[in-house]
Amino acid sequence: MFKFLTKGLLRDRTRSFFPILVISAGVMLTVVVYSWLMGFLTMTIHENARFETGHVKIVTRAYHEMIDQKPFDLGIIGIKEMKAELQKEYPEMTWLPRIYFGGLLDLPDEKGETKTQGEVMGMAVDLSSNSKECELLNLDKAIYTGKLPQENREILISHELAEKLGIKLNDKVTIISSTMYGSMAMQNFTVSGTVIFGMMGMDRGAVITDISDAQLLLDMEDAASEILGFLPLYNEEQTMIIADNFNKKFSDESDEFSPVMLPLISQNNLEIMLSMIDERMGMFIFIFVFLMSLVLWNSGLMNGIRRYGEVGVRLAIGESKGHIYRSMILESLFIGVAGTVIGTMIGLIFSYILQYVGIDISSLMRDTKMIMSTTMRAQVTPVSYYIGFLPGVLSSVIGAMISGIGIYKRNTAQLFKELEI
Amino acid sequence: MKKHIHLEKVYKIFLSAIPFQRLVLLFFILMTNSLYAEFPDGNELIRKVDENMYSRNAISTSRMIVHGRRGSRTMEIKSWTEGDNQSFSEYLSPPRDAGTKMLKLEDKLWIYNPSSDRTIQISGHMLRQSVMGSDLSYEDMMEENELTKIYNAKVTGEEIISERDCWIVLLTAKVEDAAYQTKKVWIDKERCLPLREERFGKSGKLLKTTEIKEVFKIGKRWYPQNMVFKDVLKKGKGTEFIIDSIEFDVEIPKAIFSKASLRK
Repeated sequence: MFKFLTKGLLRDRTRSFFPILVISAGVMLTVVVYSWLMGFLTMTIHENARFETGHVKIVTRAYHEMIDQKPFDLGIIGIKEMKAELQKEYPEMTWLPRIYFGGLLDLPDEKGETKTQGEVMGMAVDLSSNSKECELLNLDKAIYTGKLPQENREILISHELAEKLGIKLNDKVTIISSTMYGSMAMQNFTVSGTVIFGMMGMDRGAVITDISDAQLLLDMEDAASEILGFLPLYNEEQTMIIADNFNKKFSDESDEFSPVMLPLISQNNLEIMLSMIDERMGMFIFIFVFLMSLVLWNSGLMNGIRRYGEVGVRLAIGESKGHIYRSMILESLFIGVAGTVIGTMIGLIFSYILQYVGIDISSLMRDTKMIMSTTMRAQVTPVSYYIGFLPGVLSSVIGAMISGIGIYKRNTAQLFKELEI
Repeated sequence: MKKHIHLEKVYKIFLSAIPFQRLVLLFFILMTNSLYAEFPDGNELIRKVDENMYSRNAISTSRMIVHGRRGSRTMEIKSWTEGDNQSFSEYLSPPRDAGTKMLKLEDKLWIYNPSSDRTIQISGHMLRQSVMGSDLSYEDMMEENELTKIYNAKVTGEEIISERDCWIVLLTAKVEDAAYQTKKVWIDKERCLPLREERFGKSGKLLKTTEIKEVFKIGKRWYPQNMVFKDVLKKGKGTEFIIDSIEFDVEIPKAIFSKASLRK
């Protein structure tokens, strides 16, 4: 039967060509869209991780309760010892402490009195030459004028803020804030450069300085707001295991300043976003199956009209209606598999091109180089290899099943008359 | 006028009543009048408080103990005050805060920080920020001290606070720019000294409380020696303010109340 049906399909191309074409196109689209979504997901995770969440993040319990406000006064003390322990426990990971703070930036006049003032949001990271922060934050690309801080008490400010307050390169400004313990904190800084962050809130008034300067300003010796941890390659399951083990060992519910580790997935509502993407993908596949089934049903009907005579002969020579129906479904299965294989191959080719070459969207994102990567890429995963089978095979079979119902309406008594024998 | 008419009516009823009923009525009238006479005039009361609390000028040394979530921190401060509108403070310890100075002139506030060698004017919303991490804001510090200038007062009851008999006085702001729209103050009947204070926002929400734990007498004045300020919206045990020494009506060089003195 298998050989018979295959021969039939190969010899009569009209039976198979259009359905295979339709299925290949649909499957190709499914594979490309899936890989593109995976690429978008990976990019979202990566962007969130490098800028905000890390693959894991360590904060104190008190800080975690108000994490949206980033209260540095509730930050972690004893980060040197903690980093050493973490490095020993997880040598493959990179651990980066950061401080987030708020305050005023004051520009003095010639007499040393206030000329202008503006509210700022500060971010302090390790800007030393062997640190990964510059690479993670794309600081080199995000600098608009000037250069990265290289000396003590140098600062980067947002370009928009600099223009608004009339601050130029090498101007001396004073940052006014409060220390970790509530005292007044004031320190003079030299503006080494301006940066475009690509996020409205930050562009309105953010500053970046080296973490050692912030620790001095805020009386945070050996302390930080957060410690971000990065795996060589993000793995959701691994981050959850690491976080779970860390919390069992170090976190104490009765101590509000004991550390707690948060995996990426549990931060910034990413879990909700990722499950939404999964749902969207499921809906997308369902829609494809539905639409392709409609098209293939129509194609099946057309096929049924064309093969009216053949079915009549087969009924006349004694083949049962059920057997003919099943053979049609089997044919559609072969067509579905063939179309799926071809569609998957073409889809994967496009996906790999999009993965390695990508689409450069930098012209659309002139001012967002720090926050977002300027090249959008797809990501081919093992699932990309077989995700097309569901819509491809299913739609073909459903189309044949619906269109083949007409066989049961054939009246054998009328056969000879129809055949005009 | 209404009271006069009311009394006339009562008198007519009294005359027409039988003797026993007259007695009961008389007793009732006396009781009501004594109730009306029991609460003093609120505005007069706060005038007495101002008389007790405020002087032409003062020099004091004090300690501010901030009880934070991570532990307590003690700052030593020396202050010079002239009337309501001029004050100069210098932080003497701990080392990190030593040399920080604050100058208040009228409604303006400047802070000098030695580590940056800068004098910064604190204005706008910055005034609502906490002073050195305490439960007091700069706005609280800037507030005019004399109650009679800012509030109308009404006595609403009495209560025993720290074994002292106190009037409960409701203060309602009579100026537009008052830091707190209403305050509730418990004033020691004998010493004319507030022992407890509650400060409310425009919505009526309780924002801050002050409690006086210890008092001392200097000459004729009774003065708070140990106060606890509490920002109700913050977690923590509040800020303790202890006056170690205070002198009233002393000679203070005018030059102290100038911006130049911040840098000296």
